[in-house]
Amino acid sequence: MSEQVEHLIKKEYAAGFHTNIVSETLPPGLNEDVIRFISAKKSEPEWLLDWRLKAYKAWQEMSEPTWAHVNYDEIDFQAVSYYSAPKSMDEKPKSLDEVDPELLRTYEKLGIPLHEQAALAGVAMDVVFDSVSVVTTFREKLLEAGVIFCSISEAVQKYPELIKKYLGSVVPQKDNFYAALNSAVFSDGSFVYIPKGVRCPMELSTYFRINEQNTGQFERTLIVAEEGSYVSYLEGCTAPMRDENQLHAAVVELVALDNAEIKYSTVQNWYPGNEEGKGGIYNFVTKRGVCHTNAKISWTQVETGSAVTWKYPSCVLRGDNSVGEFYSVALTNNYQQADTGTKMIHIGKNTRSTIISKGISAGKSSNAYRGLVRINPGAEGARNYTQCDSLLIGDKCGAHTFPYIESKNPTAVIEHEATTSKVSEDQMFLCQQRGLDAEKAVSMIVNGFCREVFKELPMEFAVEAGKLLEVSLEGSVG
Amino acid sequence: MLRITDLFARVEEKEILKGLNLTVKPGEVHAIMGPNGAGKSTLGNVLSGREGYEVTGGKVEFNGKDLFDLEIEERAREGLFLAFQYPVEIPGVSNMEFLKAAVDAKRKHKGDSELSAVEFMKVAREASKRVSLDQAFLKRGVNEGFSGGEKKRNEIMQMMLLEPSLCILDETDSGLDIDALQVVANGVNAMRSPERSFIVVTHYQRLLDYIVPDYVHVLANGKIVKTGDKSLALELEEKGYAWLEDEAV
Repeated sequence: MSEQVEHLIKKEYAAGFHTNIVSETLPPGLNEDVIRFISAKKSEPEWLLDWRLKAYKAWQEMSEPTWAHVNYDEIDFQAVSYYSAPKSMDEKPKSLDEVDPELLRTYEKLGIPLHEQAALAGVAMDVVFDSVSVVTTFREKLLEAGVIFCSISEAVQKYPELIKKYLGSVVPQKDNFYAALNSAVFSDGSFVYIPKGVRCPMELSTYFRINEQNTGQFERTLIVAEEGSYVSYLEGCTAPMRDENQLHAAVVELVALDNAEIKYSTVQNWYPGNEEGKGGIYNFVTKRGVCHTNAKISWTQVETGSAVTWKYPSCVLRGDNSVGEFYSVALTNNYQQADTGTKMIHIGKNTRSTIISKGISAGKSSNAYRGLVRINPGAEGARNYTQCDSLLIGDKCGAHTFPYIESKNPTAVIEHEATTSKVSEDQMFLCQQRGLDAEKAVSMIVNGFCREVFKELPMEFAVEAGKLLEVSLEGSVG
Repeated sequence: MLRITDLFARVEEKEILKGLNLTVKPGEVHAIMGPNGAGKSTLGNVLSGREGYEVTGGKVEFNGKDLFDLEIEERAREGLFLAFQYPVEIPGVSNMEFLKAAVDAKRKHKGDSELSAVEFMKVAREASKRVSLDQAFLKRGVNEGFSGGEKKRNEIMQMMLLEPSLCILDETDSGLDIDALQVVANGVNAMRSPERSFIVVTHYQRLLDYIVPDYVHVLANGKIVKTGDKSLALELEEKGYAWLEDEAV
């Protein structure tokens, strides 16, 4: 089987095309003028520019974190362009008819129809192209329910009070190196507001696309769920195939007020680089949510892309009885490196968290789970259950688990289970003896391994995720 | 159906099969018995193409084709089925999904269209009933948490669904209580037909009370040293294998 498994890896990255479009792109480099330019471009109020500049000052004094189990050449932050937008977006299109057809074709090719009649039933979508939001669908329908779903730039103009109140409330500007960078230069992203007691009538989704060369994408997503509300949100992302590495440093903040529930799913398929490990996206993302009393935040992620992934969607369980969940599938192939996991911070009483992490390593990749479970002194009766499973395909990849557990309350119950297994010769033989070819066999075994996580995804996307896994594994056996 | 001529095979440098000859005609049931380490399981693994089993000589013709020209999955699609002695678990993959993929692969090979989920459900339910497996097993992971007997019944169910032309049962009776043994044997007997052949590998005569073979062969030291009818199995039960092993040397 080792021989069969040697081969993995020959599939073209389907989303790897480049859209030929005239863009306004800032020359590479970062200084205060760049930040002023971005802020002015978006006609931001003074306080937000100050907020950005403060973040920039903080960032200048910070250094890149090196504790993650990943290796890459030092990033030259002065070689990155911090703003790029299609020229046609200068005058914000008022409707889809005014959007550059070339842009629409891009999304069509990616299988993401933007016309509402063609869209996935029940899914509203915001699409972000390089540094700007192109269009948000189903806005009127959502507004009827009182749900706000728009780009964050627009929210700054239309709902400044909400932005001022919540931006940076979960991930402060100085939280970490990449969050500080994002706070200084973020260009667009999505904003979601669900009013009190409202169950959002549709799935909300944002699709991120990096197109321009040497451009970083720094988006910011903010979701606020008022008391007793519910929302399910999904993000997807792709980028063209390029030989250079590109930087993506996003910040996502979730606020679940009393009795609210936020379900946040990610299908991450950034360009992972080629078979020799050339190119690909550096994905340095800070995602965190705060749960107030009885609130629940559930992160589900399927990570198959990026050359380097550094990402720990976390829950701060501030309110009593609040619940945090993290379901993750991270697949690495070729020379991909992933250091991903979660943090569950138990502050309130009887807070509960569940972590299910499935890491799959193939090729020469490295896949690490890094998780922190912290029980604060006041978190009476807190509970955590963690399960980390690693699956190895072939014998040149690596899987690592770094669980940190800090309990300061004797009533807490913390469970941690971890397994490492290989796609076994016996399993492969059984499948093949029943007539399945080797590739189908591997994808079936891997999908089975991930089932606990896939069942947490919204239905339409669970199927997509399964297919994505199959494509990412293609060539892993011969 | 199957013609094995002068077959030599080894596992990790150790010669296990040493000039084995066997011909199986359509509709026949052949029992292969023999002492531990004689190469009984090796035969099934070599015929189905398992990695690690190296053929060093001889040839095998299966339905007019050179068996060794075919990949593992091609042999399966051509109608060769191996019921495992120790069926492996595939966690998280539902039995139903697995069986449908297998049946579809075989249908595609024959140029038939894939079955719809509804059509497949119907035949799968029917098959599970015939091996007395509750339908709940169709939804569970492949062999996941199944008892020994349930695993073996699951094997027979797969055999029913795939309708192979040559079934190799590798010590399917091992670890079965008498009730499970009967279920398995009934399943096999129900599948006997003029077009389908069986090779039943077993250590004990007991199974042959239920699946009555046309021929009984004794495999010792890598070749067939004696062939007879079902009475040979009874004789072996009584005398053991030692007297034949001497002959083989």
